[in-house]
Amino acid sequence: MKLLMALLCGMLFGFGLALSGMTDIANVIGFLDLFGDWNPTLAFVMVGGILVSLPFFQFGLGKIKAPLFADVFRLPTRTDIDGRLIGGAALFGIGWGLVGLCPGPAIASLAYLNIDILYFGVAMIAGMFVTDFVDRWLTAKS
Amino acid sequence: MPDAFLMALAGGICIGLAAILLMVTLGRIGGISGIVFSAAKSPVGDFWAILFIAGLILGTFLFHLTSGHPIPAFKEPLPLILAGGFIVGVGTKLGSGCTSGHGICGIGRLSVRSLIATCTFMLLGFITVYLRLHGGVA
Repeated sequence: MKLLMALLCGMLFGFGLALSGMTDIANVIGFLDLFGDWNPTLAFVMVGGILVSLPFFQFGLGKIKAPLFADVFRLPTRTDIDGRLIGGAALFGIGWGLVGLCPGPAIASLAYLNIDILYFGVAMIAGMFVTDFVDRWLTAKS
Repeated sequence: MPDAFLMALAGGICIGLAAILLMVTLGRIGGISGIVFSAAKSPVGDFWAILFIAGLILGTFLFHLTSGHPIPAFKEPLPLILAGGFIVGVGTKLGSGCTSGHGICGIGRLSVRSLIATCTFMLLGFITVYLRLHGGVA
């Protein structure tokens, strides 16, 4: 049941990404071209997402004791603002602006069977692993 | 409101609902960069993440199958694709999240960290695209 729910959640998420226009890099670049020929369409994706996520996290989640198919809710606990957060987000923004793909659409677009999108995904996962490896190495050293 | 705006809004609502459903059923944050890393790092232990990713691809496929919406074009030079992908991977790992985890879930949780991360990656996205399209770079 847990695994079926994971598949269904992914399907709804992927359907939403394609419906919203996030998997079309022309849309994404148009949205990111704020200082040029701005296409505001994709701002509505975030509006739609927060429209449902905000009431849920603020009022709904507290009323549920535990997830239906897991032991506990795994919520982020960190509240510190550090250089990693800002630097990481900044790098992510640069990469996003370079190609027009963020992780969700990059993976969802694998449905288009375009080898270039697979290359993007592989490079992205490589970037995550290199970061994780360097991170562990630095932690082990100190 | 033009159709594209409504589709973006409806798509965003689907994404938000999917994130809620994932939290209610599996107790996990619907942040794609984190899920992708879990799936790649421990495909057996976190098999749910593999299925979520399979669903992500299947969902996009089903949208185009049911709507007849044309498949968007994707044609960029390979070095740019590889560099962009790598930087997105490093950035989301270092910054603990992407558009979904920080942008939709984090802001929904009223997390200051996520709000700051979202403003930062949007700003850098704006600047990067400006330089690419209007600044004579790349």
